[in-house]
Amino acid sequence: MPQPLLVANGLVTGYTEPVIGPLSFSIGPGEVVGLWGANGCGKSTLLRAIANKAQIFEGDLEQKPGLTLAWQMQQPVRLDEMPLNGHDYLRYAQASREPPPARMTPWLDRRIDTLSGGQFQLLAVWAILGGWPDLVLMDEPTNNLDPEGQQTLAEILKTERGMRAVLLVSHERSFLEQACDRVIEIE
Amino acid sequence: MMSLDTLFAVPFVSGLLVAAALSAVGVLLRLRNEWLAALGFAHLAGASALIGLAIHVPAVFGATFGAATGAAVKTLGRFRGNTVYALMILAGWSVTLLVAANTALGSVIGHAMVEGQLYFAGLSHLTAAALLAAATVAGLYWLMPIVIRNRFFPGHDAANRVPAWRWHLAFDLLTALGMAVATATVGLMGAFALVFIPPWLAFRSAGNWKQALVISLSFATIGYVAAFLLALWLDQPFGPVLVALLLFAASVMQLRPRIA
Repeated sequence: MPQPLLVANGLVTGYTEPVIGPLSFSIGPGEVVGLWGANGCGKSTLLRAIANKAQIFEGDLEQKPGLTLAWQMQQPVRLDEMPLNGHDYLRYAQASREPPPARMTPWLDRRIDTLSGGQFQLLAVWAILGGWPDLVLMDEPTNNLDPEGQQTLAEILKTERGMRAVLLVSHERSFLEQACDRVIEIE
Repeated sequence: MMSLDTLFAVPFVSGLLVAAALSAVGVLLRLRNEWLAALGFAHLAGASALIGLAIHVPAVFGATFGAATGAAVKTLGRFRGNTVYALMILAGWSVTLLVAANTALGSVIGHAMVEGQLYFAGLSHLTAAALLAAATVAGLYWLMPIVIRNRFFPGHDAANRVPAWRWHLAFDLLTALGMAVATATVGLMGAFALVFIPPWLAFRSAGNWKQALVISLSFATIGYVAAFLLALWLDQPFGPVLVALLLFAASVMQLRPRIA
């Protein structure tokens, strides 16, 4: 059995005080794992802990040595003025996988500050998935996506299965069931 | 003895190198929403240049020392945003005027720095400007992809346990060096105008990142050359002419529709 990329043992994490835990789980290579729970239960805090942005109070969070991570935040950084087109954005995100989803092709020559919220969200998601990290953390990637965008995202995630690990946080259970190999439920 | 051509060639090339370097650094400063950094470093550079002159240190070295110290304090103190730059501006302004008011040399140099007396630039300025240009080309080749990626994906370094302070410090030092050399060469507000106005225009009108760099570089260098000739022809201080010309040209170009 391959070595897990990430193992949490009795993990309790938060900021100035614990927010979520104790949790125990592991993520293996190529797994697409969903993390589901009610709003405010600490799902994003767990991702932040994995991304070294939250404090661990109890338990362990072990990473495979040399693990590379990409982290898609709940709200992608969107500036008032961004003189980059879609190609620039993907290049600087090091999203070099070809081809990008066909739905995005018409947007890539446009400045990213002219894209709609849903278009920019899908581009930001591909900027993370289009690179070559071992583990991708995705925080509510369906935000701002219309049903067609959600369908595109689910199809992208299906192609990820077996290729790389994804830990995906969402409050939309049906989307997680559709896109993930398994779903961890946080009470 | 230097010929008239050489007399003007040294200031001209010094300023041209400074204009080109600042226009590129300014694009990244604007992306980071830290363009006020330039004014902060310029004020620190001005103050430390005057203090340096009081102890017989060339202005360009004194300016660089002050601005670089500000950059190090900003990075190592983990200050983010514009508050620290506002404090730099206030401290630099206060020290500059106090030194200028209490020393004869300080008064003369202080006025020159405010007015941007480019035509007094000598070989030390030219050397510093050439070093700045080389540092900008090399530094931006390394820093630009990192700065852009971290602007849009700020969690990347932390998630991968990459020590981000190195490139933060490198970029702050490059900015500080640029503003120090520029302040000593084209004056305080001339330096700020070169780092602020061309990127502002580029952000509005460019269709992609490469265009933004080209527009900023072209606007800064063409504006600089025009200001050099105009100030010489009209026998006016260089700094105010440069600022007025860049503002006027930017205003005219802003009337053009934005590229989608």
